[in-house]
Amino acid sequence: MASAKWAGQFEPSGRLPAAFTTPGGSSFTEFLSVAAPDLLPGRRPLPPGLVADLAPHGTTIVAITCAGGVVMAGDRRATMGNLIANRDIEKVHRADEYSLVGIAGTAGVGIEMIKLFQVELQHYEKIEGDMLSIDGKANRLATMIRNNLGAALQGLAVVPLFAGFDLDATDPATAGRIFSFDVAGGMYEETGYDAIGSGSLFAKSALKKRWRPGLPVDEVVRLAVESLYDAADDDTATGGPDLTRRIYPVVMTGTAEGTRRLTDEEAGTVSEAVVAARMANPGG
Amino acid sequence: MAMQFYASPEQIMRDRSEFARKNIARGRGVVVLTYEGGVLFVAETVSSTLHKVSEIYDRIGFAAVGRYNEFENLRAAGVRMADLRGYSYDRRDVTGRALANAYAQTLGAIFGEQGKPFEVEICVAEVGRTPERDELYRLTYDGSVQDEPGFLAMGGQAEAMASGLRTAHRADRSRAEALGLAVSALSSVGGEGGQPRTIGARNLEVAVLDRKRPGRTFRRLTGAALEQLLAQAAPAAPSAPDRAAAPDAAPAGAGDSTPQPTDSGTADAPDAASAPTAADPPTAADPPGDADRPAGD
Repeated sequence: MASAKWAGQFEPSGRLPAAFTTPGGSSFTEFLSVAAPDLLPGRRPLPPGLVADLAPHGTTIVAITCAGGVVMAGDRRATMGNLIANRDIEKVHRADEYSLVGIAGTAGVGIEMIKLFQVELQHYEKIEGDMLSIDGKANRLATMIRNNLGAALQGLAVVPLFAGFDLDATDPATAGRIFSFDVAGGMYEETGYDAIGSGSLFAKSALKKRWRPGLPVDEVVRLAVESLYDAADDDTATGGPDLTRRIYPVVMTGTAEGTRRLTDEEAGTVSEAVVAARMANPGG
Repeated sequence: MAMQFYASPEQIMRDRSEFARKNIARGRGVVVLTYEGGVLFVAETVSSTLHKVSEIYDRIGFAAVGRYNEFENLRAAGVRMADLRGYSYDRRDVTGRALANAYAQTLGAIFGEQGKPFEVEICVAEVGRTPERDELYRLTYDGSVQDEPGFLAMGGQAEAMASGLRTAHRADRSRAEALGLAVSALSSVGGEGGQPRTIGARNLEVAVLDRKRPGRTFRRLTGAALEQLLAQAAPAAPSAPDRAAAPDAAPAGAGDSTPQPTDSGTADAPDAASAPTAADPPTAADPPGDADRPAGD
């Protein structure tokens, strides 16, 4: 129904339906709620009961501020109960030119939410001719999680981690910002570093001892991979660097130059160095 | 007792066409053309924030002339349609042709149903992997759509601008050459006594769809980058004499379109008076099926 509507067959004259030409709206999700509500993740009725073990779960993501920006990294494992559902899933993505988003919880719902969030930011930018502020972006993400509360209570919970370079920052040293969320849509700005997912406890403990303000990007990249190693060390649902298959954590940076994903070679070099160091001292 | 006057449908449509064409021709022009590295949009404008050229999707751009509130509404609708398609299918499934069709339907319905047609002319451009695969669609106020061969000019005295582009446009030009060509086409009309004007970087809105770029290809060229490109374009001045020659050449080669000499002759008369006639031939000639309608006058 919705597809027929927006394909242009809805109006007898063939013109675009009113939802498309209504002036003033710059939010894609608000537009979807009128033009094609069945495409919105939070609008689907779920049968009663707990469905937590039905779908794969994504696990640990860390975000760390560094000199001139942020670094975000995530392991590559998705689990279903005691099984590994996927060993090369990507849970850290660029949200737009200057911000990054990572996801933990039900993988399918999370990836759909990231996709919608990316379109939401780009849509605003195209309609308005300007980007949202970083706080505005974080608020939009909080709204999306809030809309997922019903599904979350039935076991399809998703918790994102959002970080980016703040273009309005006066001091480049404080331009990297991190926002965490709870399952009800609460939004909290974090200082320094944060982690989400099943291994986050161990990752945060590692970061607590090693992180200092103003570390250069390359040291923070190493720190991120170290903390994911520690998470994988103690949490079965988090995957460590897979040297045999050459599957390494996804590491992305967000700085004044924009977002960048480290190539497999770069992530591999860091991962191999971390694993080699752990050969000598398993505790890091 | 209200008296109903009879007006023939032909007369109503002709009046609407006349009205739309007259007001579109009053505005400043826009030139869109393909070059070796992508598609270039150049608009003459007075505002640096109210855009005539904008991004629709990864490889699709939009340019318009006419009434701002009306084409802004169409632009937003296009962004919504493209984002919705890309979200529910895939980013590669968003095409300029589908968008041009939706615009054509919308403009056609408004032209037929409402008292006042939209006073806009728009261009939907999609950059391809090679210049041959670039697509430029021109949509007029009545919903007719034309697939243009590598370049188009819209706005006041569009036909005079296009005649210069027609001789000089080649798909293998560099960005600077293409910019020089577009600027000289824009400045070839509206000057004192039919002389070319000079248009400063301040009054130009320039953007490209960059063929080589993955993902979003739309980039605005502003400030220093634009100044530099204009400076590069200037020495490639063979296009300037070309342009100077073009208005002369146009009446000579325009035996087929009578309004052309009229246009050059009245170049310093108000645009509104001369340009509807200038804008007339392309609309009349291009959609053969509709030829009887706008050609009526």
